Amino acid sequence: MAYKKRHDGRKPAETRKIIAKAGVIPKADGSGYFKIGDTEAYAAVYGPHEFHPRNKHDPKRGTLRCTYNMMPFSGQGNRVRPGPSRRSKEISLVMENALRPVTDLSDCPNAVVDVFIELPQTDAGSRCAAISAASIAMADAGIKMRDMVAAVAVGMVDGLPVVDLDYEEEAWKTGDVADIPVAMIPSTGEITLLQMDGHASTAELKKALEQAKPAFQQIAEAQRAAIKARYAEAAKKVKE
Amino acid sequence: MNNALKEHINQALQKGVRLDGRKLDEWRPMTIETGTISTAEGSAHIKCGEMDVVVGVKIDVGKPYPDRPDSGTLMVSAELRPMSNPRYELGPPSIESIEASRVIDRGIRESEAIDEKSLCIKKGEQVWMVNVDVCPLNHDGNLIDLGGLAGIIALKEARLPKLVDGQADFHVHTKTGLKLSCLPIPVTVVKIGDNFLIDPTFDEMSVADARLTVTSVEDGKLCSMQKGGEQPLSIDDIDKMVTLAVKTAKGLRKYIK
Repeated sequence: MAYKKRHDGRKPAETRKIIAKAGVIPKADGSGYFKIGDTEAYAAVYGPHEFHPRNKHDPKRGTLRCTYNMMPFSGQGNRVRPGPSRRSKEISLVMENALRPVTDLSDCPNAVVDVFIELPQTDAGSRCAAISAASIAMADAGIKMRDMVAAVAVGMVDGLPVVDLDYEEEAWKTGDVADIPVAMIPSTGEITLLQMDGHASTAELKKALEQAKPAFQQIAEAQRAAIKARYAEAAKKVKE
Repeated sequence: MNNALKEHINQALQKGVRLDGRKLDEWRPMTIETGTISTAEGSAHIKCGEMDVVVGVKIDVGKPYPDRPDSGTLMVSAELRPMSNPRYELGPPSIESIEASRVIDRGIRESEAIDEKSLCIKKGEQVWMVNVDVCPLNHDGNLIDLGGLAGIIALKEARLPKLVDGQADFHVHTKTGLKLSCLPIPVTVVKIGDNFLIDPTFDEMSVADARLTVTSVEDGKLCSMQKGGEQPLSIDDIDKMVTLAVKTAKGLRKYIK
């Protein structure tokens, strides 16, 4: 039996409810919040600041360092043990690769920009939410960027191309699933993160990506609105 | 320690005010949301001034310790993630986070609020393992008190997952909660010069001469204490600090519904 209607009533190309905010962590130099359905990501930027150890210094440009962390109670199953895991390290790496193409750190050679991402709860799509939150945080911190990266998972669930899979779809039991996290530079349409787990044909992949285009624009809009709201609030405070 | 900051805080205290305008025995404005984390069995999100902390309770099924085959387990962990404050770095848990975890943990354990024997599923084989994780998003002081308060609220909210063939099904929760026989609340009093303050900010905490965390239950009885900081305390100091902590804890009970 093929998957015709999504279990939560969404249309195939419809994302879950999105909430985006900037400036949520006062101690940080910049911060962002991105919630999509029950997947929630906070991002905080510190820096550019001094980079240890020295042998990692890049004399040409500053280094972007992401640290992705799931809170112990944020998983769908048992408690997640605190501390870095193979999974969290890999996600941190692909996040850096997803964000670097829009980031210009040539003004701060030898320094590091730290982006810390914490997830209090997840319902699939956590690395995409993390990237979307990190983009807001970096823009909020005043890091030189040419756009904010928008990310969402696309995929195939038992023959149906869908956008923004939740846990139930990702773990669909009665048919093949392809889970494809994607990050896009919305102004150019270039893709900066692409991973896939599962089974899909070339045609299906193309269809799934094509179908997700409005979702990327929708996320980009939410990110821009978050930054604008943050600066409107700051401007209001200055006037007072 | 930042000497200029210490002098600044001290000068203000001599006039009876704190840098944020509070009285010495005044708590910051506080909001508490519960049940915000869908993946946790119980949760509480406290914002107190600029302090912002999420606490989640996760209840797994596990094997009991060999020396206590009919007891479940309770563990509190606090993590000072580098997101929450520029002073924290990546790496293994700092001594500060270990102390905070253990002080909150002892308050709940020694109050005997949770009967670990009631967490037994099958003697010697399966028990509920209750984990309380304290995660500050923006750290502005008083982690022990706010983590402890959020912890007890999250424990009170928590519901056991459904047990299916000896495995927990975290997508279905039962109506069974954890039975709490009392509600232990930790309150930290810090001493700066000759002044005693409650609900210290990060800056106040960093210049404190000494601190005393006192956990008390409803009838004002004490169940755990921890002195911190480098300076000694006189018996008279301790008397004042304990009295202030117990009085403050009573006032905080209105936040537990």
